Amino acid sequence: MIRSLMKSRETILAGAILLLVIGIAIRFPGFVTPSNLANVFNDTAPLIILALGQMVVILTRCIDLSVAANLALTGMVVAMLNMAMPGLPVPVILVLALVLGALMGLVNGLLVWKLDIPPIVVTLGTMTIYRGIIFVISGGEWINAHEMSDAFKAFPREVVLGLPVLSWIAIAVVLGFIILVGRTPLGRAFFAVGGNPHAAVYTGINVGLTQCAAYVLSGALAGLTGYLWVARYAVAYVDIAGGFELEVVAACVIGGISIAGGIGSVGGALLGALFLGIVKNALPVINISPFWQLAISGSAIIIAVTFNATSSRAKGRVILKKAEHAA
Amino acid sequence: MSLATPDTGAQGRQIPDRLKSPLQRFLVSWELLLLVVAVAVFTLNSFASPYFLDPWNLSDATFNFTEKAMIAFAMGLLIISGEIDLSVASIIALASTAMGFAVQMGADTPVLVMIGLGTGLLCGAFNGFLVTGFGLPSIVVTIGTMSLFRGISYIVLGDKAYTGYPSSFAFFGQGYVWWVISFEFVLFALLAIVFAVILHKTNFGRAVYVVGNNPVGALFSGIRVPRVKFALFLLTGLMSGVAAICLTSRLGATRPSIAFGWELEVVTMVVLGGVNILGGSGSIPGVVIAAFVMGMVTFGFGLLNVPGIVMSIFIGLLLIAVIALPRIAGRVIAHRKA
Repeated sequence: MIRSLMKSRETILAGAILLLVIGIAIRFPGFVTPSNLANVFNDTAPLIILALGQMVVILTRCIDLSVAANLALTGMVVAMLNMAMPGLPVPVILVLALVLGALMGLVNGLLVWKLDIPPIVVTLGTMTIYRGIIFVISGGEWINAHEMSDAFKAFPREVVLGLPVLSWIAIAVVLGFIILVGRTPLGRAFFAVGGNPHAAVYTGINVGLTQCAAYVLSGALAGLTGYLWVARYAVAYVDIAGGFELEVVAACVIGGISIAGGIGSVGGALLGALFLGIVKNALPVINISPFWQLAISGSAIIIAVTFNATSSRAKGRVILKKAEHAA
Repeated sequence: MSLATPDTGAQGRQIPDRLKSPLQRFLVSWELLLLVVAVAVFTLNSFASPYFLDPWNLSDATFNFTEKAMIAFAMGLLIISGEIDLSVASIIALASTAMGFAVQMGADTPVLVMIGLGTGLLCGAFNGFLVTGFGLPSIVVTIGTMSLFRGISYIVLGDKAYTGYPSSFAFFGQGYVWWVISFEFVLFALLAIVFAVILHKTNFGRAVYVVGNNPVGALFSGIRVPRVKFALFLLTGLMSGVAAICLTSRLGATRPSIAFGWELEVVTMVVLGGVNILGGSGSIPGVVIAAFVMGMVTFGFGLLNVPGIVMSIFIGLLLIAVIALPRIAGRVIAHRKA
């Protein structure tokens, strides 16, 4: 038991994160005060939420590169709605954001399921389409803080029991995913579809439907995050969260979720996101230019995927190709 | 996960006893359909704007696709072999940054060209090594190197830019060989021929198809699969270096955001050209015509004052539509027969 725990990817990653935090704490003790760590967690909350959505998509041998565009489009739509109807209560906006995000996820899912188009192509395409639509509906204009209602902006920052609502939502999503992935038939289906689609078919699982469900889930979370993002930063424009999809995929890869599908855990995705979040927040503290961020996440992806491949020695699979890989 | 696992989605490829004549094959080919689209776009454009048919305008229009098409040729081969490289645009950024850095050190044009090509080759080798050496999925590796390569540019440049390229360096992106025929266009045409010969007339080209269709079978028939793939990553890196030289020369400046999002356009061009995204089939003439179609559409939209981001919606739709439509059509035909 202890031995398997020692070997597990989550333990190694948690150890790496701990070392990282200790290393920073030795030079800069201010970084590890509870209030600062809570800030780091709050800052990482959107990444955690999206990484969990991405995780189930990757589990089913797909990938969702449209999450950041989905987030930005939903964020823009709710911001424009708020501008047009300032009286609209926050719960309605939350539901709208979830539904709109889920719809965009559904488009991805249907294209993958019904037309059998490779996931990477579908989501590369919808990524640009969703981004483009933001420009069309907003005319390239920004929506600034003074154009949003106070209730709209306040919701994610509202402090409940010492933590902002944004953090609580991330915690709720994590708990929800632990139940969904570990305790429901749909959760098992995600693993089955990714682990062995042929066997999954024989056990009565509809592979395409399961993949579509994963996309809808990922889309809904992206939509939810879209509102939270726009409200928290109190600004909406075409390029918000540009390139964030890569950070989300990076969090999953670092968290040990196999891009070949079927392998991964909620804890892994959470730790992967936290690792990136801590690095991002630590850079300014240890006086490194934020321009390093991109290269660091790139290196982290490469190191993590190399490490995963050499440690598990599971056969690699090209996501583009459904046939098995030779060597 | 045995090697003999059958493909779930697509039906097995039928290999006919006898091939149809080249003319018959051409008449039902993707390339002919594309050619019709290209002519249609060209005609529509010439009606839509009176300025379109001006020779200098048309010459300008070619710059919309020449650099991307150079990468698309190599990317086409790579995708046929079953891999993909999403880091091409970042390789351009890194190569351009390296050249800009060399300019500050006082390097002259020949050295700059060597540095551009060398950076491209190095990046390609890095991708190829990770994919073939460790057996990693190329999509994750190149998503990683996509951040890494451009990230290095950001570290070096931050929010600054390199300028001050020597005037002789300007020829690659701004020079004209004869009248309205630009150097870039000539290079594009030459590379098209070279790549068409490599893919369609050499043993290596056959090996690329075989690797894409059946990597295990390729291994058993004596093809060194990792070596073929490594060579293709190298080639893609090299062509990104070539594109970096042309683009940097044309813009005369380097910013870390140079060529941002080009990987999508290059992949779209390749897929629009009829290359199967799952590997195994495709042709260089198809990619060439697709390059013209995309260049002409972009230019036509530009003449009509459509903003760039709206064009990108169109490119995204095009990418999905060119893959979806044949599948829908195939399904309808199969439904009728049944």
